[in-house]
Amino acid sequence: MPSEADTDTTEETVVTDEAREALLEALTSEFGDAIVDTHLQPGQDLWIRVRTESWADTASYLHERQRFRYFNWLSAIDWLPSPFGRSLDAEVDNILTPPDAAEAEPQQHGVCGGETRFQVLARVHSLTTNLGLTIKADVAGSDEASDLSVGTWTHEYPGASWHEREVSEMFGIGFEGHPGLRKLYLPGSFEGFPMRKDFPLLARLVKPWPGIVDVEPMPEVEEPEAKEPAAPSTENVEADGSGE
Amino acid sequence: MTAISDRRQLAYIAAQAADARVNVELEAEGMTLNIGPQHPATHGTLRIVARLDGEQVIEADPVMGYMHRGYEKLTEVRTYPQVTTLINRIDWLGSFANEVPFILAAEQLMDIEAPPRARHIRTIFFEMARIANITLFLGDMGVQLGAVSPIFYAFRDREHILNQIESATGGRFHPNFDRIGGVKDDLPAGWIAETKQSLDRIRSFCDEMEDLLVGNEIFQARCRGIGVIPADIGLSYGLSGANIRASGVDWDIRRDNPHPGLAYPDVDWKVWTHPDGDSFARYWVRLQEVRESCSIVEQLLDSIPSGPIMAKVPRIIKVPEGEAYVETENPLGIMGYYVVSQGGLEPFRVKIRSASFSNMSISPWLLKGTYVPDVITILASLYFILGDIDR
Repeated sequence: MPSEADTDTTEETVVTDEAREALLEALTSEFGDAIVDTHLQPGQDLWIRVRTESWADTASYLHERQRFRYFNWLSAIDWLPSPFGRSLDAEVDNILTPPDAAEAEPQQHGVCGGETRFQVLARVHSLTTNLGLTIKADVAGSDEASDLSVGTWTHEYPGASWHEREVSEMFGIGFEGHPGLRKLYLPGSFEGFPMRKDFPLLARLVKPWPGIVDVEPMPEVEEPEAKEPAAPSTENVEADGSGE
Repeated sequence: MTAISDRRQLAYIAAQAADARVNVELEAEGMTLNIGPQHPATHGTLRIVARLDGEQVIEADPVMGYMHRGYEKLTEVRTYPQVTTLINRIDWLGSFANEVPFILAAEQLMDIEAPPRARHIRTIFFEMARIANITLFLGDMGVQLGAVSPIFYAFRDREHILNQIESATGGRFHPNFDRIGGVKDDLPAGWIAETKQSLDRIRSFCDEMEDLLVGNEIFQARCRGIGVIPADIGLSYGLSGANIRASGVDWDIRRDNPHPGLAYPDVDWKVWTHPDGDSFARYWVRLQEVRESCSIVEQLLDSIPSGPIMAKVPRIIKVPEGEAYVETENPLGIMGYYVVSQGGLEPFRVKIRSASFSNMSISPWLLKGTYVPDVITILASLYFILGDIDR
C-alpha cells in the first residue's frame, strides 16, 4: 500500500483519504486473507483484489455489510500483450515502439497485480459514504471457455446480469449461478471471443490504418521524406489524431 | 419491501432464463409481440420480444446488438486523441459529454491539469450538450404518447443550442472539441451574448412544455403511476441520472463527486428529485434539470476566467502506465471510462460504462405486468439512446 503523504496538499483530499482508509480497514478486517492486494490512490480511488473463490462472497458482503447498494458496472481484462503488436497500425505510426519489440513484451498486470491472463473487475458505489470501490479477481484456468469461471453477482445486484452476459460473450468467462448466460450483443452463432487480445480486428488486418500517409505536407514544409519514421511525423500525428 | 421485490426478481430471472429465447412463439401460451427493431418508440434499433396475456405483458426480453459497434475493441488500436472522435458517437445527442470523462481519465493518468478557462469552457459545453439532449426528450416524450406538436417545438428550440455549439466548435453534433490538457479553441467573439439569448429560448421552451404536457390531463393520466421504480431496485440495477433521482435518490455526481477537471464547484444550482419514481416523475425531473443547466451555463458564462486554454502537453500523447476510472453525470446518467494504460500511445483496455446500458437493464423487471401501451410510455420515460446501450 502506498502511503498517502506524498502528494496531498489540500485539506479536502485528506478527508477523502481518511474515509477510504477506514473503508479499506473494514474490508481487510472482514475478509482477512481473502484480500490479496489493495491499492489506495489518495484522493482518487481505491482498488482491492480478492481471491477467485471469494468473488461472489465479496458482492454479498459489500451489499449487506458495507452498504454498497449501487451497482456500477462489471467487466473483465485480458492481460495478454496483443500478439499482433502494433502491426495493426501503419508503419509510419510506429514511432515509439517498433513492431518487433511488441512481440517480446511480457504479460504485465496493472493496479493490484495478478497472476492469470484474465481478470474480472467490478465497481460498486456507496451512497452513505459516497465512495466508489473497484474490485478485481483473477480468473484461473486454460483459455477454453468452459474452464474459466467465477461466481455470479446477480443475486445481490440483479443489474449485473447484463454485464455478466457481455463479459461472457466477449471474453469467454463463465459466471456460475447466472440465471441465463445467453449472448447479449452477438448473434447466437458467433464463434470466438472478440474482446480477447488474440482475436484479430479483421478490419485492420485487411486494410491497415493509413496513419499519416494521406496527410499532405504543409506548403512551407520542404521535407518530402514522409516515410522516415523519426522527424516529420511528430507534427503530423497530432494533426491526424485531431482531424478526421 | 426489498426482500419481496428481490425474491420476485429472482423468480422472474429464473423463469426468463428457462424459456426466453428469440423464437418464443413455439412454446408460448399467449401471444408473442415483437416490438422493434424498427419501431418509432425505440429511438433506433432495439427489439423487445414481449409475451402477452391479453393486453398484459407477462415477460419482456430486450434483444440488443443491432447497433453494436465494438468501441471497446476499437479503442485499443487508436491513439488517445483518435479515441475522442470515436466515442463522440456513443450518445449522439449529447456528444461533447461523451468526450469529457475519457479526457479526464487520460489527464488523471498523465497528471495534467487543464487551466481554469479550459475547465470553464468544458463545463459550458458539457451542460449545453445536456440541454440539447434533454430538450429533445422533453418533446419526444409527448410524441410517444400521441401529442405530436411538442417534438416540433423541441427541434425548433434545440437548434439554437446546436447553432451555438457549432459556431464555437465547428461541429453541430460531434464537436470533438475536448483535448487532453484543455480545449481546442477559445470562444469566438460575441458568442457569450448569443448563447445567453439561446438559453432564453430554451427557458421559454421549458415553460411551454410545462403548459403543454406537464399540466395536461391526458399526459398525466398516461404517466402517473406507470413504471414505478423503487429506489433500492433502481440502485441495484445501476440506474443513474434523472431516472434514479426521480425515485427520490438525491445523488448527482456533479455535486457529490465533482472531478477537478470540471468547474461545477464554482456554480450554484439545485439537484431536483421526485419521490414518485414513475414515468411522470422522470419527465418532471428532466424538465427541471434543463432549467438548472441553463442557470449553470449562464453562471459559467458570467464568471469565465481569462488565461490559456491549454496546459503544457507533449506533442505526442503517451500516457504513463496506470489505471484510472472517471465518471461524470452525463445527460443520460452516469458515464465512466475505466482506462488501462501500459505506457503506450494507445490505451491497453477501455471499459465504457454507459448510462443507457444500465438504465435499460431494468426493463425486463419493469415491463413485467404492464400493459402494451404503457410499454411505450415506460421506454420513452427511461430515455435511452441506442448508441449508448450498444456502444
